[in-house]
Amino acid sequence: MKALGSSIFSRLVIIVPYVWLLLFFLVPFVIVFRISLSTTAIAQPPYEPVFSLADGLSGIIDNIRQLSFDNFVWLTEDALYLNAYLSSIKIAGISTLLTLLIAYPIAYGMAQAPRTWRPTLLMLVILPFWTSFLIRVYAWIAILKPEGLLNQLLLSVGIISEPLIILNTNWAIYIGIVYSYLPFMILPIYSALEKMDHSLIEAAQDLGCPPITAFWKVTFPLSLAGVVAGCMLVFIPAVGEFVIPDLLGGSQTLMIGKTLWNEFNSNRDWPVSAAVATVLLLILVVPIVFFQNMQAKADEKGR
Amino acid sequence: MKSLGNIRRSFAPWADPQSKPFISFRNITKKFGDFTAVDNLTLDIYHREFFALLGASGCGKSTLLRMLAGFERPTSGEIILDGQDIAAIPPYKRPVNMMFQSYALFPHMTVESNIGFGLRQDGMPKAEIGERVQQMLKLVKLEQFAKRKPQQLSGGQRQRVALARSLAKRPKVLLLDEPLGALDKKLREETQFELMDLQQQLGLTFVVVTHDQEEAMTMADRIAVMSHGKVVQVATPAEIYEAPNSRFVADFIGDVNILEGNVKAAGNGRVELAGGDFTVRAVSDAAPSVGTSAAFAIRPEKLKVSRTAPADPAVNTSEGEIWDIAYLGDMTVLHIKLPSGKVVKTSMLNAQREVENPIGYDEKVWVSFAETAGVVLRD
Amino acid sequence: MTRWSRFNIVSVALGFAFLYLPIVLLVVFSFNESKLVTVWAGFSTKWYVSLFNNQGLMDAAWVTIRVALLSATIATVLGTMAALSLVRYTRFRGRMLFSGMVYAPLVMPEVITGLSLLLLFVAIGFDRGFWTVTLAHITLTMCFVAVVVQSRLLSFDRSIEEAALDLGATPLRTFFEVTLPIIAPAVFSGWVLAFTLSLDDLVIASFTSGPGATTLPMKIYSQVRLGVTPEINAACTLLIALVAIGVVIASIVTKQRELQRQRDEQAAVAGR
Repeated sequence: MKALGSSIFSRLVIIVPYVWLLLFFLVPFVIVFRISLSTTAIAQPPYEPVFSLADGLSGIIDNIRQLSFDNFVWLTEDALYLNAYLSSIKIAGISTLLTLLIAYPIAYGMAQAPRTWRPTLLMLVILPFWTSFLIRVYAWIAILKPEGLLNQLLLSVGIISEPLIILNTNWAIYIGIVYSYLPFMILPIYSALEKMDHSLIEAAQDLGCPPITAFWKVTFPLSLAGVVAGCMLVFIPAVGEFVIPDLLGGSQTLMIGKTLWNEFNSNRDWPVSAAVATVLLLILVVPIVFFQNMQAKADEKGR
Repeated sequence: MKSLGNIRRSFAPWADPQSKPFISFRNITKKFGDFTAVDNLTLDIYHREFFALLGASGCGKSTLLRMLAGFERPTSGEIILDGQDIAAIPPYKRPVNMMFQSYALFPHMTVESNIGFGLRQDGMPKAEIGERVQQMLKLVKLEQFAKRKPQQLSGGQRQRVALARSLAKRPKVLLLDEPLGALDKKLREETQFELMDLQQQLGLTFVVVTHDQEEAMTMADRIAVMSHGKVVQVATPAEIYEAPNSRFVADFIGDVNILEGNVKAAGNGRVELAGGDFTVRAVSDAAPSVGTSAAFAIRPEKLKVSRTAPADPAVNTSEGEIWDIAYLGDMTVLHIKLPSGKVVKTSMLNAQREVENPIGYDEKVWVSFAETAGVVLRD
Repeated sequence: MTRWSRFNIVSVALGFAFLYLPIVLLVVFSFNESKLVTVWAGFSTKWYVSLFNNQGLMDAAWVTIRVALLSATIATVLGTMAALSLVRYTRFRGRMLFSGMVYAPLVMPEVITGLSLLLLFVAIGFDRGFWTVTLAHITLTMCFVAVVVQSRLLSFDRSIEEAALDLGATPLRTFFEVTLPIIAPAVFSGWVLAFTLSLDDLVIASFTSGPGATTLPMKIYSQVRLGVTPEINAACTLLIALVAIGVVIASIVTKQRELQRQRDEQAAVAGR
């Protein structure tokens, strides 16, 4: 496609979004890293040194000398941060696993549904995603409260005699994450299952597999790409989740997104929150790159 | 191939009232909602037979095969395999294996593990599986491709893997659903003979579903022509071609000219039709009543074309005019317009054609045929 | 051999119950007479009245809608361009980096994106407010638009474009007269997605917004922290209704078009 490849139009098509993302996505990370090396100051902005082109080259070099890794050292010294990171990964991991366990049967059921129903079912999975995330998390508060709807129901049926304490525990966070991210897990698994040639299952059965074995030997391995994509889509953002632990979790719940938020908004310690973000990014860089490669590969296949 | 010919010639268990069928469909009906895919069908297939189910798409042939494999349950009727009613047996416990139209090769497994898949389900010892897989690879000449994934193979190679996989368990019956549909013409023709050879070597019963009549005629011992869920005719390829039992079969298999007429006389193995371009006098066991309408089906190659009138121009002869000529290399097809306006098709091997002075466009010719050249079809 | 077995039906039904029950409960309790969100005390629309009298919430809603309209529109343009670059130009310098930058925001924790954009705006001395939130939302949502449009472009028959070029259309005109009309539904759903994401966002908005640019989610969040009130339920219900109406209209339109297409096809087959 030389005609398209060399026109001004095609160059613009590449350059405009490219520059935009460089400016508003990549450069900010550089700045985050830069500020993570600064020290807190009672000033506006609340850190120093402040770079300014007015200082000239010598001024900038002078500023660079003032940068230090103190904030990162601080992160390792205070157990709060390490615990928050570990706890975030643990909570995100458990939630991802739970999401997978719930999403897989739904996706499987959808993929087996009569063909004419599938677009509707798909629509129904995507629909809650269009309503506000905040609203969906908020809705669970009323359900999970000690005097909330779930406890009312369970008490009236007589399954429990004491209200369950769910809100402000990790369980509430698991429920919140599973609920909010469920469509992200269902969709890639569904699309992997839906694409699968049904004659593969028949072939497996024809060769002597009972249905359950056929599922584990053929269906599941072939849906693995969808499972992995779904897990990435849930795990990565869940690690840095703020709203869910803040609204559903208790005060003792440690998650790094919440820590960062507090550090920034309550303590107004910008350099430390920048350092927290930098480390979080480093932790997530491996899964993110993995996710990107998977996406790129899927695109290659689609082409 | 000589021995194969000998076996073939003497192989006709269906003609022997003593032999017992290996597979029996008895009054099988299969409905999908309101749609009747297979309609009260009864059919016998014999041990070591190469049997073809032939028909247009939607005629029920695939449904019949899938019922034999166990993927569909008959709505009513029974399927007997080797003396056992298999209707209630799930597909994974049936001693039949299927080669799928799409091949259905597992994309996440190598050629080797695809072929060994069924054996592993049976819990066969590892060493034995390896041995059997090697044997299968050799059978389909794919030894050097054992470690490849299906995506890395050509269409023909995939077809062989699918074949090897379905044969690995040594099934009592091999079911083939449009086995050569995805191959190009040349490869298809080669593979047809390989399949026949393999079937003889292994002594298995093959049931193949196809919509390609040439494929069915080449490979099968017998063909069942199906339409609308019913078997219209079951016979050897030669019988089906030479003596179709209905307009449908005559029309479906190969090219045919249907000459309409009224029965003028019938009896003593002879039938006379009149009213068309031809006065047809034919040898036939059919005894339609005098006065009814009937048809005479005759293949293009059985029509003779000549510039001069045959000895007795009154019988089985008509004048005509060359309407169209198609040169096909090995043969030439002539379309000839008869006095009534009807166009008949004749074909002539080019080896027999006059090269010096071939019949040309718009020429007046005579079309004639022998008394035994076609069949009388009652309406 | 029915594939749609009882197990499948049950799992899908339970899944949908889980997805929808909380939303349904929220809507139901927005009509509750009592101030308690968990005890039903009779039907009432008083919370809607008080919602409309809540000037703070109304202002926030107005800001949010303006931000969402503007950012979704610009994000759709940029995202469509990004999708075209990714699908059409398999090799250009820095393509790996580019595709990385398109996919990363999809999974990047919002706190990181929000913080980094804030620090950028502070560093370049850009006053925080309406425009910074809008810029931040464009950056986030253009990537979602890119993914949506990209999946449509992947199934696009290139020969249609080539035909246009062959007939003498410039690449620009080819895009506007041939490509865009065909991918329009995907571009539109990209826009709707961008709009709702912007409407929805709390974390990034909190970081990048300034005085006078409080968005509805920020307002809701600050009230939720003080306690659950039916007024918030009412606000949420209105938002849900807005989205639901949009989705229903969109699906009716698509359905109608599909039916029309089928009718046309049948008519064509029948030779009329």
